[in-house]
Amino acid sequence: MSSTIAVKFSKVSKTYGTTQVLRDISLDLPRGSTTCVIGPSGSGKSTLLRCTNLLARPDSGSIEIEGMDITAAGTDVNLMRTKVGMVFQHFHLFSHLDVLQNVTLALRKVRGMSADEADARAMAQLRAVGLGGLERRRPSQISGGQQQRVAIARALAMDPAIMLFDEATSALDPELVKGILNVMRDLAISGMTMLVVTHEMRFAREVAGQVVFMDQGRIVETGLPGALFDQPQTPRLRQFLDQVL
Amino acid sequence: MFAGLSRIQQTFFDIHMIARVMPSLLTVGLPNTILLAILASLIGIVVGLVIAIGLPSRHLSLRLICRSYVDILRGLPHILTIYLIGQGLPLAGLALFGSNTYAYAALAIGLIEGAYMAEIFRAGMQSVERGQIEASRTLGMTKWQTMRYIIMPQGIRRVLPPLTGQFILVIKGSALVFLLGLTASQREIFSIAQDSAINNANLSPLTAAGLLYLALTVPMTYAVNAWERRLRGAQGSMRGDE
Repeated sequence: MSSTIAVKFSKVSKTYGTTQVLRDISLDLPRGSTTCVIGPSGSGKSTLLRCTNLLARPDSGSIEIEGMDITAAGTDVNLMRTKVGMVFQHFHLFSHLDVLQNVTLALRKVRGMSADEADARAMAQLRAVGLGGLERRRPSQISGGQQQRVAIARALAMDPAIMLFDEATSALDPELVKGILNVMRDLAISGMTMLVVTHEMRFAREVAGQVVFMDQGRIVETGLPGALFDQPQTPRLRQFLDQVL
Repeated sequence: MFAGLSRIQQTFFDIHMIARVMPSLLTVGLPNTILLAILASLIGIVVGLVIAIGLPSRHLSLRLICRSYVDILRGLPHILTIYLIGQGLPLAGLALFGSNTYAYAALAIGLIEGAYMAEIFRAGMQSVERGQIEASRTLGMTKWQTMRYIIMPQGIRRVLPPLTGQFILVIKGSALVFLLGLTASQREIFSIAQDSAINNANLSPLTAAGLLYLALTVPMTYAVNAWERRLRGAQGSMRGDE
């Protein structure tokens, strides 16, 4: 049944210096579904996300995307990355480019689109995330929520098969969080395969098909959101939920 | 007291002396100085960028070469480097530019400036947020595309002010071309002034040269600053509404 699995982590481990941040992580991401990763800071959730597009390289284990082992030697990492979109906590827009150029740059330089083609694609994507009319603004001239929308549009414009969200709402003012979560929710509903590291428990409960609880580099529990939140099996998860809910 | 002031006036600010040397400063010296400064700056920018890209390289040998280049060319007295290149190259049988003093001087000064500019460029490129580089790589852009479209445009923009300081040094440093020997028509601002000062046993021609250097460097500083402000203004700080 591997055809329903979009991403397969097998025994992925990663060490920074003397700290083991990922220990034998095995996890399947079902295609077309959202997997939310929760856990205390330092639990390795962001590293797991960053391994998924090889921003961090696992020391051992393998990661298969659509059946292709991306950790194998000879993998075209740049090609792989065009299929895996990523949204960061701090947006990381290109500050010397305007909103439209942020979205069109990779379309032109990586996808090889003409300027007109790239502009049309980017405009459509910007409108889809609710940003019509801001094309000529600089990142510093728009709000954090708008910046994150640009970052999402930038990733989606590449037409990825999988989207990674690394605490995408953690750096936002409280009143802007909901807007971004709504964009993510719409994306999930549209059938995008998503891996979402988040502290938004309500979002995880409502949107995720599967929730993963990580602690100290390990997956402690994984399951359907209802089961995981309402009947935590381990004391560690119970303790964590007590603290955050 | 008054006698002292008057002696200073006669030695440095003799109007007739200044007026007499000014025409050749303007018609011969100024074009030569500008030409030399532009050539050396262009060489310096190209060399500086290449070395700056190599400085943080993952390859030890490349890093070592670039590091040594910067350390040696910044550490040697400029006069020695100019002799080494201007007279050393032809002696070694590498008479790249025949007997064209200017070409050797431009090359020598350019190579020296390249070492200084490399450090400036490196600082600028390093100041570009790691996150933007990751975002670029995440979109499938290669290392080189990321360098070309993300790091260099921002890095260079951020170091325009210190770069201006370096251009000023190039303009003044062009005076060192005299070390390699110049024909009358090749002389730049400073050598014309110096010859005139020696012939007349009076330093006023050097003051005239100083005025010309200021006329070159001060407007340039303000022009670059204005340009930099406009670039920054384009990135303004006005915030929109969500």
